[in-house]
Formats: sequence, C-alpha cells, structure tokens
Amino acid sequence: MSAGSAPSVLGLPASLETPAAAVSAWAAARLALQRDLTLAFRKPAQLLQPLAFFALVTMLFPLAISPELSQLRLVAPGAIWAAALLASLLALEFLFRDDAQDGTLEQYALSGQSLTTLLFAKTTAHWLLTGLPLACMAPIAALSLGAPAPALGAITAAVVLGSVTLSLVGSIGAGLTLNIKRSSALLSLLTLPLSLPVLIFGARATQVAIAGGPVLAPLELLAALAVLGVTLAPLAAAAAVRISLE
Amino acid sequence: MSTGSLEVENLHLWRGERHVLRGVGFALAAGECLKVTGVNGAGKTSLLRTLAGLMYPEEGEVRWCGRNVRSDLRGFQGGLAYLGHEPPLKADLTARENLHYWIRNRRQLSEPLLTQALIRVGAEPFAERLVRTLSAGQRRRVALAGLALCLVPLWLLDEPATNLDAEGQRLVGSLIAEQLARGGLAVAAVHHELPLAGGAVRLLELAP
Repeated sequence: MSAGSAPSVLGLPASLETPAAAVSAWAAARLALQRDLTLAFRKPAQLLQPLAFFALVTMLFPLAISPELSQLRLVAPGAIWAAALLASLLALEFLFRDDAQDGTLEQYALSGQSLTTLLFAKTTAHWLLTGLPLACMAPIAALSLGAPAPALGAITAAVVLGSVTLSLVGSIGAGLTLNIKRSSALLSLLTLPLSLPVLIFGARATQVAIAGGPVLAPLELLAALAVLGVTLAPLAAAAAVRISLE
Repeated sequence: MSTGSLEVENLHLWRGERHVLRGVGFALAAGECLKVTGVNGAGKTSLLRTLAGLMYPEEGEVRWCGRNVRSDLRGFQGGLAYLGHEPPLKADLTARENLHYWIRNRRQLSEPLLTQALIRVGAEPFAERLVRTLSAGQRRRVALAGLALCLVPLWLLDEPATNLDAEGQRLVGSLIAEQLARGGLAVAAVHHELPLAGGAVRLLELAP
C-alpha cells in the first residue's frame, strides 16, 4: 500500500497499512472468543442462569412425579432434553444483543475479517459458556432421574452434540431478531422448529442409553446435525446480522 | 485497498417512506477531509453508514480508487475506520483491554504503541479502569486512541468531538490533520465547528 510520507506530528506511526492482511482470520476469531470468555466471567450471574434453570427443572421432576425409579426413567429423556432446550434458549437472547448495542458488531462487520468466522467464534464462546456446562450437568441430572451409571457417558455425549446444534441454530435466530425489542418470544418462535430434530434424536439417544441398547445410531444423527450446523449456521447468522445492521 | 480517492455518485437512500439521501455526490482525494453538515435527521449518519457499506443505497454508487466498493466490500471495509455516535467499547473491559480486542482484530499491535496512543489522547491515566466507570468524554478519548491506531486510508467519523472539552476537540482536529498528512482521507459528520489543524477541507451540507 502506498502511504503518505509525512512524519507523525505527535508520535504515532506515519504510514498507512493494510490491516486486514496483517491479522489472520484464525487470530481474529481467537481474539473474539477470548474477549467473550473474559466478558462472561466478569458477569457470572448471566452465566449461571441457564445452568441453574436446567438443574432446577431436572431435579424438581422427581419431587413432582414420583421417586419410583421405573417411572422416573420413563420421563427422564423428555425432562432432560426439554430442560436443555429451554435453558439454551434462555441464554440466546444475549448472544449478539450487547455487541449490537455498543457497536461491536458494526466494528466486526467493518474489520475486513470474515464476519462468518467472527460470529462462529462468538457462537463457540456461547457454547463453551452454556452448552458445555449443561453437558457437564447432564450426568447429575440423569442420575437424579434414575438413569443407570453405564448410560451416563452416552447421555453426556448426546447433550454435547445436541447443545452444539442448539447454539448454532440459535445464532441464526439471534441475528435475525437483533433490532427487535423484547425479542425473546420471537426468538423462541424462530428457533424452536429448527431445534426439534435435536430434541427428538437427543431424547431417543437418552432413552436407548437408559434401556441399555445401542446408542450409536441416534448419536450419529446428532453428530450429523451438529456438522450441518457448523457448516451452514455461521453463514446464515452472518447474513442475518448484516441485514439487522442495515 | 491503497491510499486513493473516494467518489460518490448520485446516492439515493430510502428508509421506509423517507427519502433520506437525495442524489448525494462528491469526490475526495488523498489528503482531503469532507465535513458533512445538516440539521438533525438530514441523513449524516445514514450517509456515513452507506459509505461504509453498512447500508445499501437504492441508487448510485460509492467508488474507491475508481472501483465500485461493492466489487470487494470486505477489502474496502478493511481499509476504513468508522467511529459512530457511541464509542464501540465494552463496559466490563478496561480501556486498554478494549483497544487490545478492537484493534488487534485489524492489525498487529505492540503494547508500547497502544500505550503511546493512550498517552496521545490523554487516556493513559484511566487506561486500567473499567469503561463503565469512565465519563462520556473519557470514553470518547479511548475511542479516539483506537481510531489513531487503525492507520487506514479512510476515516468515517460521526460527530467525533461529541462529549469532548475544548482541548479534546482540538485533539480531534489534530488527529484528522495527521490522517490527512499521512495521505489518508476523512469524512466527518459534524454539528459544530471542528478545529482542524491542517489539511484541505471541503464541505457538504445535507438538506433535510
């Protein structure tokens, strides 16, 4: 890039650069991820909200239904997955909202970096902060709902895979509803239909795991959904955010 | 994107039923600053956002170095710095952390250079404080440090001197003058007189 040759009057560099070329997409994405994690740990209350919701719902079920293990095992798949889905929805509203309000999303869009990559990094941070804790909590929730110990590994794997898809699908809805006040109802309306396959296959995987059957098939379906989400959702989320920024 | 020229031709922008930009056009060469004035609602912010590629005009085009910016929008955007009404800062990060995450997204940046920029805009004394504890003027100074660090050919500034005292306004003027002396360009939407410390200044008044 050609640059003006005038020296800086007050100490800053005198030449113009090509900044986007100087920072790789990977480095920019890592920074976005790091920034979101730093911010999240400075507001732990927001972080704990979905996790507390998930824990409360799954642990109140045995009290509300019956302590009978056979009955609890019947409702366990539905309880775990409905709670996981609703808990992830709770956190979605915050995915892009603060960044849109303070102009960070605009700066991302104008940074010369791929908005798709930056939003994927943000969604990854969101999953690390909400989906992964849910997956860590899932074995405890499953135990409280009467799941046998050998089933816990498969249940955790199912929640890991399912929560990845939920975060990615949610990022599209969060992008589309950026400019809408009190958008949580609309966000749920947009996101829930796309999340239903995760609910169905996740509950099926949990049911089969509790029954001691082969869980590979439903887990593979969940993994396929996650791969589809990783491939397409960031592109759709970036398009949605660009529309919302206009 | 190289240091070059900005040409805007016959821009028409509608927001719903409102015809916000009505055939706006101008040309700006390296080392020139365009001051955009107009009453509230005249479309100053919309013009800047359209120039940045954040808004799509119904008619007309923006050219950088003679090429329509839409032909390589990401490349064009990588070479511009946009400072809107609100400084793009996170309340729960310190001023220094904000610059770290904002500017390192765009260019390599050493700590001494970052400190130098903070000193340059008078923000060094509160660099380690969370942005939520800073006044509006202090936040603006931090944002100006980010702007100074961008070192890109084109600056788009929306009311850059808002919330600043007289010394801060002079600082904005001298930062723009430095940008022009480097061979860069600046488009600034302003309500009040901007005390520019040098460089060629052109005017564009938007009708309401």
